[in-house]
Amino acid sequence: MDRIKVKPEKNNFRFLDEYRDRNLAKGLIRSIRQRAGRLNRSVTFMEVCGTHTTALFRHGIRSLLPDNVKIVSGPGCPVCVTSTEDIDLALTAARLPRTIVTSFGDMLRVPGSRGSLKALRSEGCDIRVVYSPLEAIELAVNNHAKRVVHLAVGFETTAPATAAVINRAREKGLDNFSVLCSHKLIPPALKGLAPESRIDGFMLPGHVSSIIGIRPYMFLARECGKSGVIAGFEAVDILQAIDRLLELTEKKSPAVENLYHRCVPDEGNPAARELLKQVFIQKDAKWRGFGHIPKSGLSLRPGLKRFDASRGIEMEPSAVAHRSCRCGEVLRGLISPPECKLFGNICVPETAVGPCMVSSEGACAAYYRYGSDEWKRR
Amino acid sequence: MEEKISLAHGSGGQKMQNLIQDLIFKYLGNDLLKRMEDAAVLAEIPQGRLVFSTDSFVVDPLIFPGGDIGKLAVCGTVNDIAAMGGRPLYLSLSLIIEEGLEIDLLKQILASLGKTAHKAGVKVVCGDTKVVNKGICDKIFINTAGIGVADIGWKVSVGSALPGDAVLISGNIGEHGIAVLAARERLNFDGQLKSDCAALNGLVAGLSGCAADIHVLRDPTRGGLATVLNEIALRSGVEIEVREQEIPVNKPTRAASELLGLDPLYMACEGRMVAVVKSTSVKKVLNVMRKNTLGRAARVIGRIVSKRPGRVFMETISGGQRIIDMQIEEQMPRIC
Repeated sequence: MDRIKVKPEKNNFRFLDEYRDRNLAKGLIRSIRQRAGRLNRSVTFMEVCGTHTTALFRHGIRSLLPDNVKIVSGPGCPVCVTSTEDIDLALTAARLPRTIVTSFGDMLRVPGSRGSLKALRSEGCDIRVVYSPLEAIELAVNNHAKRVVHLAVGFETTAPATAAVINRAREKGLDNFSVLCSHKLIPPALKGLAPESRIDGFMLPGHVSSIIGIRPYMFLARECGKSGVIAGFEAVDILQAIDRLLELTEKKSPAVENLYHRCVPDEGNPAARELLKQVFIQKDAKWRGFGHIPKSGLSLRPGLKRFDASRGIEMEPSAVAHRSCRCGEVLRGLISPPECKLFGNICVPETAVGPCMVSSEGACAAYYRYGSDEWKRR
Repeated sequence: MEEKISLAHGSGGQKMQNLIQDLIFKYLGNDLLKRMEDAAVLAEIPQGRLVFSTDSFVVDPLIFPGGDIGKLAVCGTVNDIAAMGGRPLYLSLSLIIEEGLEIDLLKQILASLGKTAHKAGVKVVCGDTKVVNKGICDKIFINTAGIGVADIGWKVSVGSALPGDAVLISGNIGEHGIAVLAARERLNFDGQLKSDCAALNGLVAGLSGCAADIHVLRDPTRGGLATVLNEIALRSGVEIEVREQEIPVNKPTRAASELLGLDPLYMACEGRMVAVVKSTSVKKVLNVMRKNTLGRAARVIGRIVSKRPGRVFMETISGGQRIIDMQIEEQMPRIC
């Protein structure tokens, strides 16, 4: 399926520059325009993954698409879909004495119902940004007298790393390390979205797919009659995915395909999945904007509950989110960010109301940052 | 001498005298400073307009590949003065030191500060030292203020960009920001990342022959190139169009930022100058810049237009268009 075969120039990055090639992009745009013209109606594709959201803007791709091809953002920004309750749980943990909470950078700014981790940090709580859960383990090893709670967020891509550190903690017999497990799974969320009639096809997440492979998406074509293509993150990758989705729509032959072979084997990464199986079981989970989705989250296996930080944390019930915030509809692809009343108004990256404005991968933040400035003139 | 700074080093007593004599004079000493008056009296100011600036420096780690807080403290103020066409002459130096700082480290910082000042041709002529309790500051904070003189021919201002002008940059972007981040977070990139920290007064002095053709000079520090372009667009009331493929980023910087999900456009430089130049003089200015080691990679990255005042747009490598906004908060590496 990969049609891209260009020799990289000297001093360029292999697998990067050839996928940003202007001439390849031009060819694909021409093809997209032709197909869209023939379709004679408006089509809507959803980019499931937050990194695709950012990439679409970074490469300026929306400015290249014909008017009748719409791309809406999906639920694939891990920060955005983390529920208020999970954030509140982390906030409660951070207030406990002798506790260090670790998290990925973006999570610090996400508002719970009682502030954010960042606000707590300025109050003096020990909250640290880590780049890998391995750093959290190191902190636990070096701080015997404290307990280290890692806020574990992310999809199938990041969950194996959490599984690996749980195994490590078990081997080392660490009793001061635990996780707040907020990991989520993409296919169950897609199952909820696929029947949505206005979505014609899905650009499937490259990183998640490198773990789960192509099989978990097959239901899209088989059961819902929708196409899905696994796509990479460079301009040519994305244009190629849109072109292929248009072709499949035009032919009315829904299919699920892998266009990101250079990173995603069709079978995914069995070793990582085995690791997930050892450590986690599937559970129902709450997604911000979607509510409860059956079997869409991961929790620690019963034998590993000692690493579950939520045990024993008592928490007041979370308050309801801002009433006018429409992140939920953005995450379901029902509206685009500028359609929300708060967007660019009281909800801006500095004082984000909803999570989609917080994360750099969030659809609202990406629109605000890179999009056209139409809404700023309102 | 003992190994660590104590509160007594800032008390005004004998220990403080020792610190000044043994360290500060050793590395920064000059006739004016050694007089130890309450203030420096600057008798010899050349003709021209006085240019005056100040900057405070806090960086973690204190020493990073390509520089340290001492070098930074000189370059930062020198470059601000240079960006107004000024020839920097004198600096003041204020040290706020956390008790417990290793004296060896302080020596290293002062040595580097002295060396950088010497190389840039500026004198540190007055200063102050305070020592604060542990936990009150992070090891050492430095403030420098500087005085320079600009020839009458220089009329640069952030508000002077005109439609039709070309936008130039003197070299690769983002190198300071990524080098410091990698050093702070101990991200191992095989030591290939190096701060671009350098004093640019020599580069600017070389340009004095084209002063009339240069409308804006500005050094992109915090917030990077993107922020400076936005400042120019806003203050000059113009639109700026840049082309992604013209913006120079070296390979290690690009690799590290792709990996971490950071955008080099928003990462700090400490030894680069953005120039907005009359289109007919671009060749002349580029030639002069490229003669200087610090301007060897100088190039045109975009132009000034009048369509959408206050906005910056970039034509991406793949031919799309995106808006370049002001930086909102420090960039955070993404999750996956």
